[in-house]
Amino acid sequence: MTMIGLEIHCQLTNLQSKLFCSCKANYREFEINENICPICMGLPGSLPRLNKEAVKKATIIAMALNCSTPEKIAFFRKNYFYPDLPKNFQITQLNIYGDTSVGGPGSIMVGNKKIRITRIQLEEDPGRLIYEGSSSKNQITLVDYNRAGTPLVEIVTEPDFETPKEVRDFLNILSDLLENLGVSDPSLEGAMRADANVSIKGGKKVEIKNIGSFHDLEKAVHFEITRQESLSSRDISIIQETRHWDDKRKITVSARSKEEELDYRYFLEGDIPWIKIEPQIQEQLKLEMPESISSKKERYVSKYNIPSQVAEVLSSDKFYSDLFEESHNEKTAKEIANIITTDLMGLVDTREKRESSKLTATHLRELAELIQSGKISRNSSKNALYEIVKTGKELSIIISELDLGNVSDTAELSNIIQQVISEEPQAVEEAKTNPQTINYLVGKVMQKTKGKADPKVTLDLLKKQIGVQ
Amino acid sequence: MNLKISALDYVQEVKNGNISAEDFVAKTLEQIHRVDDKLHAFLSVNENAVEQAREIDKKIKSGKKIGDCFGMPISIKDNLCIKESKTTCASKMLENFIAPYDATVIAKLKEQDAIFVGKVNMDEFAMGLTTEFSAFGPSKNPWNLEYVPGGSSGGSAVSVSAFECVASLGSDTGGSVRNPASFCSTVGYKPTYGLISRYGLISYANSIEQIGPLTRTVKDTAFMLNLISGVDSKDNTTIDNNNEDYLLGINSGIEGKKIGIIKEMIGEGIDPAVLSATKEAISKLEGLGATCEEISLDMVKYSVAAYYTITATEAGSNLARYDNLRYGYDFPVEGYEFNSYISKARRNFGPEVKRRMILGGFVPSAGHAGKYFLKALKVKSKLTKEVNEAFKKFDLLIAPTVPILPFKLGEKINDPISLFLVDINTVTANLTGKPAISIPFSHSRGLPIGIQLLADSNKDKLLLQAAYALEQTVSLPEVPI
Repeated sequence: MTMIGLEIHCQLTNLQSKLFCSCKANYREFEINENICPICMGLPGSLPRLNKEAVKKATIIAMALNCSTPEKIAFFRKNYFYPDLPKNFQITQLNIYGDTSVGGPGSIMVGNKKIRITRIQLEEDPGRLIYEGSSSKNQITLVDYNRAGTPLVEIVTEPDFETPKEVRDFLNILSDLLENLGVSDPSLEGAMRADANVSIKGGKKVEIKNIGSFHDLEKAVHFEITRQESLSSRDISIIQETRHWDDKRKITVSARSKEEELDYRYFLEGDIPWIKIEPQIQEQLKLEMPESISSKKERYVSKYNIPSQVAEVLSSDKFYSDLFEESHNEKTAKEIANIITTDLMGLVDTREKRESSKLTATHLRELAELIQSGKISRNSSKNALYEIVKTGKELSIIISELDLGNVSDTAELSNIIQQVISEEPQAVEEAKTNPQTINYLVGKVMQKTKGKADPKVTLDLLKKQIGVQ
Repeated sequence: MNLKISALDYVQEVKNGNISAEDFVAKTLEQIHRVDDKLHAFLSVNENAVEQAREIDKKIKSGKKIGDCFGMPISIKDNLCIKESKTTCASKMLENFIAPYDATVIAKLKEQDAIFVGKVNMDEFAMGLTTEFSAFGPSKNPWNLEYVPGGSSGGSAVSVSAFECVASLGSDTGGSVRNPASFCSTVGYKPTYGLISRYGLISYANSIEQIGPLTRTVKDTAFMLNLISGVDSKDNTTIDNNNEDYLLGINSGIEGKKIGIIKEMIGEGIDPAVLSATKEAISKLEGLGATCEEISLDMVKYSVAAYYTITATEAGSNLARYDNLRYGYDFPVEGYEFNSYISKARRNFGPEVKRRMILGGFVPSAGHAGKYFLKALKVKSKLTKEVNEAFKKFDLLIAPTVPILPFKLGEKINDPISLFLVDINTVTANLTGKPAISIPFSHSRGLPIGIQLLADSNKDKLLLQAAYALEQTVSLPEVPI
């Protein structure tokens, strides 16, 4: 049986500062080595100063993954030499001397399958290595320490996955969950990374490291299963090892055996005293937690009668569900859900587009109200939405500028219909016997009104004027 | 000009206008230039000190608010960061390291208008008890230049003892303040763990070490403690002492106090002169109204082994950052792969540091931790329990600071095991986090003997009161410098 376990690293990107100093957690906007200080550079004499907010956020993640949360947590040193590690040890957490990480065992449902979480720990991200030069002989390694000390949460799962697809489904759910909790923005480059442990029946466990994105993780797992199965089919035994994901060639390659022999000499970080997270604080954190995705979905379905599939799409994405929550009322809820899932998602399908979008909740509310009162057609509303996202102008201005208001005046509409009837005598004749042809005539009216006519009203009027049932 | 005055007397004299900060600091620098060739207490001297003192005099004359130190010249152990000054840890690895920030204690003293006359010698990265492991050569004991001054804060003790400053700051990981204080006849203080911020103290074994003052008198130590203690947001291990005034009521006496004599610290191997000094101290304390009684702390016999296991483990980790990539000494990286570069660069550590880092790589390693590191932690926690029990019965504990007299330079440097045993009386305070003080008490064969008192955690004030009472019974010869 194939067994896959994951170690997911998630940066707490929504925090103000790094885990042990006041440098920015959002290091991405800085010039190289500009977001550093004596503490995150590990200068002689500097001491870590724990960011308590990070502990709270990590605890919230543990709670959302149904993990046990101990009342006292501790930090440990993981000792190894690497150029991206300013102190040559990483401050992290460990459970070997009792449950002292922010999160103990827990679980999460992925479809009908329960995935067990082993533990959740809070730790510091190392710096970033940049390689320059082509051949390995001339290659130089540069280090950017802007990232060093960024708060990182490591989520370790049991080997409960059997297929790459299960892995992907889990990662999707997890990344939506983390975003919904408001602790991280998974769409930021490098905000979420993962290692995987893969073994097939009769084989040893192989660890794959260095996987840069969730997309590649699925590929790497798939490659590794295929590799192991191919070895197994030729009766070659699979050895326990660490392999690296080669991003360019899209294969896993064996890491030097040296790396496997590392002994991290873990011991308690004396510079950070044990931290108490008392039951009252835990209760308070639970109260402050945002509503879960599944609870949102349920509410959308039961309260507003939004179709289950639409509710699922809407609730799982924090950007859209926040927009929905802010704009809807009981009457407009369904319409707004509709606008978001059928029209808006296509317009702002990338991170950049979301960021540059000028759409506000007010826009959405007004648009829905106009559609419901028949003042704008669903068709025109798409054009209006496009303009709103682009310009952020008031809806009323956009409608008048682009002349998108419905031809709601029945007399005016009748005139246009009369024109179409006189222009299309043949079709009118046909329509009397063939109901399909009447749609052709509705289309003609729409053309003339540039889509501003209400299709249902047009159809009714057409039928009446032609004299069909 | 009398350079021999205490810190409190200095402050009073400047306040009264009898002396100026400039004159005093200038004379202090003269003294350094006169005697330090022989003593080698200083690794670097602040040549701007006189100018800084002049500024303070101006401030005093203009009637502006003035800090409590009034330009008092202080020496600083070279493992404490002073902004824009060399901070070497007496190591070739940090020979050119210029600290970009002030340690919290330095910032506090600057605010109080102290003047740092220079950075003083120590064993490399504070590992040692003689200063012989300084990469820049040992310091000499002012009482006899052929003898070690103790360590690792040897430069601090020498500079206070030889009037090259009024007071000094050292650091005490296993006795590094108290040991040289005892060997050079100064007061040396190791506070309750967490009482003084360690921010800016270059870590050796961070879970047990503290910065501590070395001064001429117990009152001076209380004065220094007033200035540098207290909670610090930059050091999560600091404790809030509610701005305790350690001078207030320092002469309360010790009548009715119960003092435990630690049996294991006056046993086998003790120099007869040290033993008789200890007995004399006990009888003097009894004369002041205290009752003294022997107590056995069984775990003390394992304390040195536990101490070296724990400190080696932490040192191995704390000193890992010195890979010479971001700062250090001149050694270009071109042409090296990372691991070969750092292993070559790290050869610049001295022999004692290497010894302890090798030990530190071994004792907590997989497969050995259970036999060594975890056992050491067990000893630490059992010892703490024992000492806590003792403090239910006693207000204070007493023992000689070091069971032997100062020894000659070179006498023990090649015998690390016998050197380790010099720590036997001092490491208990570090392993348990308790405050301890060494008071100059006696002399034998022209060499100083210090007596050590310990108190329970956060009883620093009581400890200073007792030390002050004992100090008043002592009369000592002048240092022959």
